[in-house]
Amino acid sequence: MERDDIIEYSLHAHHDEESGKKIRKKIYFVTALLSIVTAIEVAMGIIWGKAHIDVDGMGWLTIKAIFIILTLLKAGYIVMVFMHLGDERKSLRNIILVPYFLFIGYLLFILLSESSFIFQVKEFIGWV
Amino acid sequence: MAGEATQAIDKAELWGGGRSPFSVSYGKMMMWFFLISDALTFGGFLSALAFARHHLEDVWPVTESIFFHFPFTHAHLPLLYVALMTFILIISSVTMVLAVEAGHRMDQKAVVKWMAWTVVGGAIFLGSQAWEWSTFISGSEHGAYVMADGTMARLDIDHHTHSETLVNLHSGLEITDQNVIDQIKENNTLVKGANLDRNEYGPQLYANFFFFVTGFHGTHVLSGVIINLLILIRSAQGWYDKRGHYEMVEKVGLYWHFIDLVWVFVFTFFYLI
Repeated sequence: MERDDIIEYSLHAHHDEESGKKIRKKIYFVTALLSIVTAIEVAMGIIWGKAHIDVDGMGWLTIKAIFIILTLLKAGYIVMVFMHLGDERKSLRNIILVPYFLFIGYLLFILLSESSFIFQVKEFIGWV
Repeated sequence: MAGEATQAIDKAELWGGGRSPFSVSYGKMMMWFFLISDALTFGGFLSALAFARHHLEDVWPVTESIFFHFPFTHAHLPLLYVALMTFILIISSVTMVLAVEAGHRMDQKAVVKWMAWTVVGGAIFLGSQAWEWSTFISGSEHGAYVMADGTMARLDIDHHTHSETLVNLHSGLEITDQNVIDQIKENNTLVKGANLDRNEYGPQLYANFFFFVTGFHGTHVLSGVIINLLILIRSAQGWYDKRGHYEMVEKVGLYWHFIDLVWVFVFTFFYLI
């Protein structure tokens, strides 16, 4: 029996050749961006890697921060464009992203602060 | 990618029942929920890695002194092989999104073509990872010595001059004084290769995390390649053409992009930092 109470959302997702061209253009742009950012990261890793830089100074901290920012940038483009989350409804986007970042942010905060403490006392508690 | 999600629909109607308030099908939403749980697992793994390396900061090895091999050459090329692997995975993610786009135009031929390239990319990545693992497991040519401060120093012997060098894997410092090297060779423990029992590159946790993080990711790539292959076969057989839409391609696409997404983070937190 044919059911008329089910909305086939997937049928609404079709598009014609013209908008397809536009979408492909965006895909190629993101491809170039991801490749360039990866190349920058690798070049930075080779030139200013941990082996060639004063690890205790501000320089390494800055490099690390840049690595993390570039990674989040890449991740943002993958999730928003390649996974189409940017085209979904805002409510769906929020229930996926907000709880995740809250939880992982909290977990990272706990683990890194505990880890700093253990780094300071590990010689005394024999945990090396 | 327009679809119903971009249409302005009144809130009362959206949430009034009888429809998805998110304008997505059941399958797609469940794929997102699965990806959230999977992302939490990987997030847990990488957070644990952050914990481990942060409290072992004084002995944690430098990546460039471990991963500098490249197939078919003996040159010292730090990071380049992993960069190539990353690039291959990004490109296979691009071919996947092109398959999804072709599916929205009901272009069966293009879907099959791009899905096939995605499978090829995934397979190359898997092979590269196998090579990376075997290089890591077999270790360096002459092994490494445990130094007094807990760091490891790899023994390099020049093929032509036969002169010996000890390279510290934590600080990158090189010892060339033959007397010192002889003394270390006599008194310190020699470790060769890495597995879950021993690790010539540094703390045991380093090897454990390498195997578990890249291994768990590699398992995802393997299952992704198999799923992509199944969907490729079904697209070629015309299943989705008959169904009227290629949403299955979109759903496995979500999984495949997620694998790429995880690798972006593994690359940064394991190899770069």
